[in-house]
Amino acid sequence: MNYFFNKNGPLISTYFVIAIVFWLVFLIIIPQLYMLDLSFRPNLPPLLRGGPDDVHTLTHYKYFIFGSETSDDPYNYVDIGVFFNTISTAIFVTIINLCFCYPIAFYMAKVASPNTSRLLIVSLIIPFWINELLRSFALRILFAGEGVINNILLGTGLIDSGINFIAMDVALYTGLTYAYILLMIFPLYNAIESLDKNQLEAAKDLGSSTIRTHWRIVIPHAKAGIASGCTMVFMLTAGALATPVVLSSPNTYWFTQLIYQWFNMNDNWSRGSAYSILLLTVSVVFVLLMMRIFKVKIGEIIR
Amino acid sequence: MSADVELQNVSVTFGSFYAAKNVSVKIKEGEFFSFLGPSGCGKTTLLRAISGFLDPSEGKVLIGGQDMAGIGPNKRPTSLIFQNLALFPLMSVADNIAFSLEVRGVGKAERRKRADELLELIALTGQGDKKVHELSGGQRQRVAIARALAIEPEVLLLDEPLSALDLKLRQKMRTELRAIQKRVGITFIYITHDQGEALTMSDRVAVMNEGELEQVGLCDDVYDFPHTPFVATFVGENNPFYGKVISVEGDMVKVESHGNIFSAKAGKIEDKHIHKFSNGDDVIMFIRPESIFIKNENNKLDNNFIAKVNTIEFEGNLKNIYLSINSNMNVRFSVPNAVDTSELSNGKDVELTFSSQKAIVLPRGSLAVD
Repeated sequence: MNYFFNKNGPLISTYFVIAIVFWLVFLIIIPQLYMLDLSFRPNLPPLLRGGPDDVHTLTHYKYFIFGSETSDDPYNYVDIGVFFNTISTAIFVTIINLCFCYPIAFYMAKVASPNTSRLLIVSLIIPFWINELLRSFALRILFAGEGVINNILLGTGLIDSGINFIAMDVALYTGLTYAYILLMIFPLYNAIESLDKNQLEAAKDLGSSTIRTHWRIVIPHAKAGIASGCTMVFMLTAGALATPVVLSSPNTYWFTQLIYQWFNMNDNWSRGSAYSILLLTVSVVFVLLMMRIFKVKIGEIIR
Repeated sequence: MSADVELQNVSVTFGSFYAAKNVSVKIKEGEFFSFLGPSGCGKTTLLRAISGFLDPSEGKVLIGGQDMAGIGPNKRPTSLIFQNLALFPLMSVADNIAFSLEVRGVGKAERRKRADELLELIALTGQGDKKVHELSGGQRQRVAIARALAIEPEVLLLDEPLSALDLKLRQKMRTELRAIQKRVGITFIYITHDQGEALTMSDRVAVMNEGELEQVGLCDDVYDFPHTPFVATFVGENNPFYGKVISVEGDMVKVESHGNIFSAKAGKIEDKHIHKFSNGDDVIMFIRPESIFIKNENNKLDNNFIAKVNTIEFEGNLKNIYLSINSNMNVRFSVPNAVDTSELSNGKDVELTFSSQKAIVLPRGSLAVD
């Protein structure tokens, strides 16, 4: 700490300390702790808060598992279903995203000339100047029953009747995959970029096929980038709201939509908090799992 | 198994730039052959054309008599050792060595056996489970060699692999490389800008400049009978005396330079022919620093001149003495450290002597830039 102050001078050091403490304590730790506490409290009207009924309870977590007491089902099939559907879809989207982005990132990092590479980066970034909601609506227009894609397919005679991409959730998966593509490409690009090109040539010279070179040389080298991209894409996909609202089929619910409903439409903040905590826990578990699978440390992921 | 390598009129162009220009050379099987030249002379380009990482714009590369056009680096009987070695940092030493066998579907036990054999060859027995970063520079060098030898290539290509090592280790590795080459008996093609490396290890060297071959020959031939002023100055040290021919007698030429008259041998064009000079030709006469002596009772040779001592430089085993004949003409000569040079002091004129048999006359041409 002394060293830090001596190195950066009192003014800059104080600014850093205040900014970081403010960010961590006021914007992250306190709200999350408040949510955590709220999730263990009953949903009371404002007048009763702090009164004798305001005790810690597991009621919201129980609700998530067993459902409403008036319901006939032994478990809360709907919410649990939505939860696992969200998580599994997010994992699926993450994998698709990885498969889609890896070749692009590799091409940009190792194959393309610096100029082509820069052009590619710019053309990847520019579409993201458009608001996420607008992008989702644009996809909806593309995928709608009488949308661009259906019209083209019908027009060329490839299909006889329109395909309901929205109901099949094709639009949702596409939208979610597209939404966080940059967060996958850039960590991958950074990781692959740092690989010595001679390693690729050496592998080739020793007789390795392209696939094996990727499997044995590039992917092991890029694993921190892969883990980093996967965790970010997974977290943001699982926590996405706008894209599922616009693009999901009428029978598909995203877990964030439930959270949104508890908070905003049912005015049940404590249940919303409990659901948020559940999502957060699973996301953190996912990150730890990724680190375990790829044998990377948290420091490597952040890099 | 070993194979010969033949380059037939190979040119490599990048846009309008010739990285290699009409290079033809035949490298015999089992030979230790070096391409020697300054950086940017096109030697790495040639190596990449032989290994298959780039295709020549014109001409052919033949390995073992077979045209290599359209055959990729993973299908050629060559193995390349990279300048930075390009060992795989995330694999163990044994996995590195056996990588070429792994990609060919050789079983694990067999791979390990072969890796252990190669580790023995490079004197690293029992170090197979280490990671690459746990090895020293020289050990890594040897692992790179073992990895390249694992597929039993017919030709081993080496792209300045010693350049990152410090001097002592580099000298040790030269001997070791040569010994390994003798043991495995395959063709080694070595790329270097260090003439000491090329001369100590190679059977033959090819000196390159600006994409073209200047001279191909045995090491001592290249050193003693350079064909061009570039070779004369790039390989070893040399004193260029610019002058004019005043008479020619057989293969001996008399040259007038900076007020002195020297006699010297006419240089060779190719191994059998010598340059034909006539009176008045502009030429350069070359005499190496180690062939010049201080004139005294014991040393009286047929060429003599006087020069003023500028500085004496101590280089360990040698002393380099820098002198000037006049303001445009500097000369340097070297004596072993044991020789007494106390009589030489800065600013003093000394009489020097050298043999006409050690001096070579060549037509004017560009020198290697130091």
